[in-house]
Amino acid sequence: MSAPWRSAQARAAWLFVAPALLLIGVFFVVPVVGGLVLSLTDFDLYAIGDPSVARVVGLRNYHQVLTDAEFWNALRNTLYFVLAGGPLSVGLSLGAALLVNARRARFPGLFRVLFFTPVVTTLVAVAIVWRYLYHPRYGLIDHALGWLGLHPIDWLGDPHWAMPALILLSAWKNFGYNMLIFVAGLQSIPEDLYDAARLDGASAWQRFVYVTLPSLQPTLLFVGVLTVIGQFQLFAEPYVMTQGGPLRSTVSIVLLMYEQGFRWWRIGLAAAIAFVLFALMLGATLVQLRLQREERR
Amino acid sequence: MKARRGAQWCARLSLGLLLLAAGASCRPAGGRDEPLRFWAMGREGEVVQELVRDFERENPGLRVRVQQIPWSAAHEKLLTAYVGGSMPDLAQLGNTWISEFAALRALEPLGPWLARSAAVPAAEYFPGIWDTNVLGDQTYGVPWYVDTRVLFYRRDLLGRAGYTAVPTTWEGWRAAMEATRRVAGRDKFAIFLPVNEWPPLMILGLQAGSPLLAEDGTRGAFSGPEFRRAFDYYVGLFRARLAPPISNTEISNLYQEFARSYFSMYITGPWNLGEFARRLPPELQQAWDTAPLPGPEGPGLSMAGGSSLVVLKSSRRKPDAWRLLEFLSRPEQQARFYRLTGDLPARREAWRDSALAADPRARAFEQQLLRVAPWPKVPEWEQITTMVLDRTESAVRGSTPPDSALAALDRDVDRVLEKRRWLLERARHGARAAAGGAP
Repeated sequence: MSAPWRSAQARAAWLFVAPALLLIGVFFVVPVVGGLVLSLTDFDLYAIGDPSVARVVGLRNYHQVLTDAEFWNALRNTLYFVLAGGPLSVGLSLGAALLVNARRARFPGLFRVLFFTPVVTTLVAVAIVWRYLYHPRYGLIDHALGWLGLHPIDWLGDPHWAMPALILLSAWKNFGYNMLIFVAGLQSIPEDLYDAARLDGASAWQRFVYVTLPSLQPTLLFVGVLTVIGQFQLFAEPYVMTQGGPLRSTVSIVLLMYEQGFRWWRIGLAAAIAFVLFALMLGATLVQLRLQREERR
Repeated sequence: MKARRGAQWCARLSLGLLLLAAGASCRPAGGRDEPLRFWAMGREGEVVQELVRDFERENPGLRVRVQQIPWSAAHEKLLTAYVGGSMPDLAQLGNTWISEFAALRALEPLGPWLARSAAVPAAEYFPGIWDTNVLGDQTYGVPWYVDTRVLFYRRDLLGRAGYTAVPTTWEGWRAAMEATRRVAGRDKFAIFLPVNEWPPLMILGLQAGSPLLAEDGTRGAFSGPEFRRAFDYYVGLFRARLAPPISNTEISNLYQEFARSYFSMYITGPWNLGEFARRLPPELQQAWDTAPLPGPEGPGLSMAGGSSLVVLKSSRRKPDAWRLLEFLSRPEQQARFYRLTGDLPARREAWRDSALAADPRARAFEQQLLRVAPWPKVPEWEQITTMVLDRTESAVRGSTPPDSALAALDRDVDRVLEKRRWLLERARHGARAAAGGAP
């Protein structure tokens, strides 16, 4: 391999990746760097009118975020959503995938489509329907609770129930996507593994625990990481359903960022919140990867 | 200084030339084909279309496109439009937003326009309301409709307690509340002050003479003696169980509770004139009335609310926008707008319109509108009101002593106003430097 040949190859390679690099640069690197710079300034409403009044304030925004009770409240709410909603959502998708993929399942295609429908429906439309479902007087859910002899719950008006209500909605809305990924994962498990297990007298549960789950490891990791990343960015559900209420019990970090940025126009502070959130998500993802690696050992 | 004035003059001249050029190139063909853009909010945006059609009939060749914006999205939409350079020509603006958009330099100063026009005489408006549009020595908007708070009360219960009218002093008012509650019963309250509504408390503050914000709107004045007096009066009503410490989401139907005499007084605005008439049972229709708010030593202030019409600085059709503003400010259009929406007219001639003049309950509003004061004119005001709610709720519910609640509130407010302090300080320095530099 001669040097000129290699450099020509390298040039061609650069040429091929150039469009992608350009796009990433313009639409990703530049905004991220811009956001980072903004988070170090006090860019606000006054600065929108006259950019010269924006000041560089160093880490003051970060200090303010981390000492603000509002932020910790939002973090608590978000973690609640992630820790309760994440496993629920993954479990639901795995269950649905197993059902759809079962050999005895009828019309698997139809069910796959049905389960996937919520994913492609716009959240705003879904939220309107779910607001009716959750309505304490006319809602279907409380009506059903009534049949069971339970008291109606003011789902969206009670600070204790608003977040569970959003978790339920979000799990229902999103499980279809992960289900498809799980189905793909399940189909790639060789059938002879099950046959061998069956010959050894493994029950259905044992087959699930010792064959299906270990074979699904990479898929589980992928789904888990994606779900957690997605759930940390909780925004549309509370924005549409509760506006952060009642009593700020459904304010998520992104909703707080939105309020600071686009309601009070404290863009610098909002950018700092964004980077704190990024650090949190990065941390959570690293922890998941580490856990996975240790398990494999 | 001289150079700056020169630059300004130059800018003005070039702007004028630009306008001329735009006008010259537009008038014959395009321009007027392009409709005038008018943004109005909520129900007003829906109803004003009808008025605008008459305006178009009066001005052939001039078309207006009214864009209706829901109130909940209006603020964001206006700011985004400002940043994106797609502001309309004329807009409705809640008058507490004026300082904000003036700070952005988005609004056309209307002084010269008002001087040239006889159609919008400031003297025909409620002075306190007009004042909300004035910042420094410049006017940025013309009141379109007005809003304030008065006392809605159960005349029958007050009558049974021995009152023919609501007393005009705080002391008398409180005595009336105590007497009314005695009449209404043990488990009832005298007044409903929802803990998630900030205007009643802030109005009491205005009445007690508090500026709410001190030092040119750069610091909270909530620990000051005036506001403290109002706060003690307000919290005292909850402590004496004259007011229930609940928010208005905890009450399922306000009108039903008022009818059941769960409370006999409520501080609220003009939209409830219609609602009370519609929603209270027929037997109570003669039993409720309105009164201007009492004050510490006599009739008290209330808030100067409402919406204004503003011409946007970025508009290239300012004369047309001004003409529409003049049209909407005509007394007969104001009266018509009142009939369509129930919004109280900003112009006092329109009050002589039969419907309003004949309604005794509207008279309390007219009297009150002569005694109104604006909220502090700082862009941060809306954010400050959310802090007021956060900090006072705990004092009302009894867990925080008033001193520490108000001190904490001032701390929060001072933090939000830090930028404003810095800006004013800088401007003062700049002025001093300029004064020092002049020969």
